[in-house]
Amino acid sequence: MAVNGRMTAWTTMQTEVAPPPVPEPNIEIKLDARKVNFFYGDFQALHDASLSVQARKITALIGPSGCGKTTFLRMFNRMYDLVPGTRATGEVLIDGHNVLSPETDVINLRRQVGMLFQRANPFPKSIFDNVAYGPHMLGWSKQRINEVVEESLKDTGLWNEVKDRLRRSALNLSGGQQQRLCLARALAVKPEVVLMDEPASALDPIATLRIEELMQELKERYTIVIVTHNMQQAARASDFTAFMLMNQKRAGEVIEFGPTDDIFNRPKDSRTEDYITGRFG
Amino acid sequence: MVPTPLVAASHQRPLVSGDRVFSVIAYGAAALIMLIAVIFIIALFIPALPAITKFGLGFFTSRTWDPVRNQFGALTAIYGTLVTSAIALLIAFPIGLGAALFLAEDARLSLVRGPLSFLIELLAGIPSVVIGLWAFFILTPLMRDKVDPFLQHTVGFLALFKGTPTGYGFLTAGLVLAIMVLPIMIALSRDVIRAVPRELREASLALGATNAETIWSVILPYARVGITGAVLLSLGRALGETIAVTMVIGNTMQISASLFASGYTLPSVIANEFTEATGNVYLGSLFYLGVVLVLITIVVNVLARLLIWRFSGSARASA
Ligand SMILES: Nc1ncnc2c1ncn2[C@@H]1O[C@H](COP(=O)(O)OP(=O)(O)OP(=O)(O)O)[C@@H](O)[C@H]1O
Ligand SMILES: [Mg+2]
Repeated sequence: MAVNGRMTAWTTMQTEVAPPPVPEPNIEIKLDARKVNFFYGDFQALHDASLSVQARKITALIGPSGCGKTTFLRMFNRMYDLVPGTRATGEVLIDGHNVLSPETDVINLRRQVGMLFQRANPFPKSIFDNVAYGPHMLGWSKQRINEVVEESLKDTGLWNEVKDRLRRSALNLSGGQQQRLCLARALAVKPEVVLMDEPASALDPIATLRIEELMQELKERYTIVIVTHNMQQAARASDFTAFMLMNQKRAGEVIEFGPTDDIFNRPKDSRTEDYITGRFG
Repeated sequence: MVPTPLVAASHQRPLVSGDRVFSVIAYGAAALIMLIAVIFIIALFIPALPAITKFGLGFFTSRTWDPVRNQFGALTAIYGTLVTSAIALLIAFPIGLGAALFLAEDARLSLVRGPLSFLIELLAGIPSVVIGLWAFFILTPLMRDKVDPFLQHTVGFLALFKGTPTGYGFLTAGLVLAIMVLPIMIALSRDVIRAVPRELREASLALGATNAETIWSVILPYARVGITGAVLLSLGRALGETIAVTMVIGNTMQISASLFASGYTLPSVIANEFTEATGNVYLGSLFYLGVVLVLITIVVNVLARLLIWRFSGSARASA
């Protein structure tokens, strides 16, 4: 179950030791990273990073290039397993279970925590087969797969655009459509969390806005964590924002985390202020 | 700035004519190579002409190989070539693909990947006569005493495994060919599999697919064209391989359903008989076999190259 009764997410950094003064039972923490350290071989990419992601909210990770945003995000679904020689300490809790533990069923975890990548990466298969890929693996019935494909394509606003050419190759779609198809593909296995790593960085402004609109629609049902370089996008589209920065040893740290409004309008840390006002570096 | 265009102009002229010289040399070299190829094929055709005019296309359907009566046909040798190559691919394809997947995909191998690849290249470089020597003295007795009797006990009811095993014949030759094409098969398939864009692999794994599911549903379909190319290139090698096959196939002009039987292949007929071929028709028939072999291997190799090119092109385009 989710960790209920914790103080709102953005205060956890300061109150990690102290108990929260007022329990707020209606706040559900879906994903809770606690003092996470991450190593690529000898290089430490994250240092004591903590982040409490609220369920059915959009949490944005911002910060300069190389500060470990992608690394942090990929810890949540254990994609770092693909890179040999990596090591993680600390805890990332989902429903009370530590994702980083060696006992974690990675396959199940990744069904629960979906991912959207920086570049749209549809399979060189038909539109239908792309979305049906996950359900097919899960062994769902044909009828259920058909339903879920339609549902996911509707959820991503693609259905009307592609319903007459479901059997055609997904590679003929535009970049924005491809990215929405990838989102539909991720949603088809019914995840609870969707991780997005700069999902709009390769898209034009209109396609970008379309993705942001979708995020707003989807957050009623999904918990979304998005990495973005685009500060306007974080300010526009997210409920919470975490600002990350490298320390002297180039390890990424979470400098400040709170409601997006506070981070952008009333940052507590001067480094956050420097970054969001563009005075950084 | 005034001097800039002057400098640029003075540099430009020699560059342009240098380009021209280079392209003339490049086109000249390409034309020369094509010319050599054409001359070679013609040079092969001319001595084959006596046989071509005498036997025509019937050469391909005739099983006769009778130097005494001066009657020749290629069917027996074509049969041997096809059967041994087929056996080679049947063995080398699954093993080679499995090894290639293992080499390309298994993250635990990252440290030994280099040495393993080097080993495979090393295997590919072993002269075929050495493999033939090994096969003749070690593999043949092993086949006769162990493998063939075992096959006869288990699947001996099939016509393929009837007859007395001598250790020589189609099966042993096919096995030797399999060993010889395995390094090519592994190295090429490994490269093809590694060229599959990482994003696709990640997309599949991020959806909760297992490694096996990812390989089966994403990597192999994507790499199919390239892997087909690798198989064809291996086939090209198997079809033309001469000496190692000649040492173990038994060199008997016969077509037999049994894989334990001795046979002949196109290259081994040529290798064995060119010194004793007397008369225009006999020698011509050997050249005719050569023409057939060259045509088959050219077609197979060109096809293989085209497939591999097409694959690496499409891999790059969507990478
Ligand atoms: N596979 C890897 N092996 C070694 N070091 C890596 C690897 N991936 C990332 N790093 C290092 O870890 C640090 C954090 O990288 P990461 O990709 O998480 O940053 P990021 O914040 O996502 O940057 P960007 O905004 O440019 O995407 C960087 O110093 C990077 O060089
Ligand atoms: Mg990144």
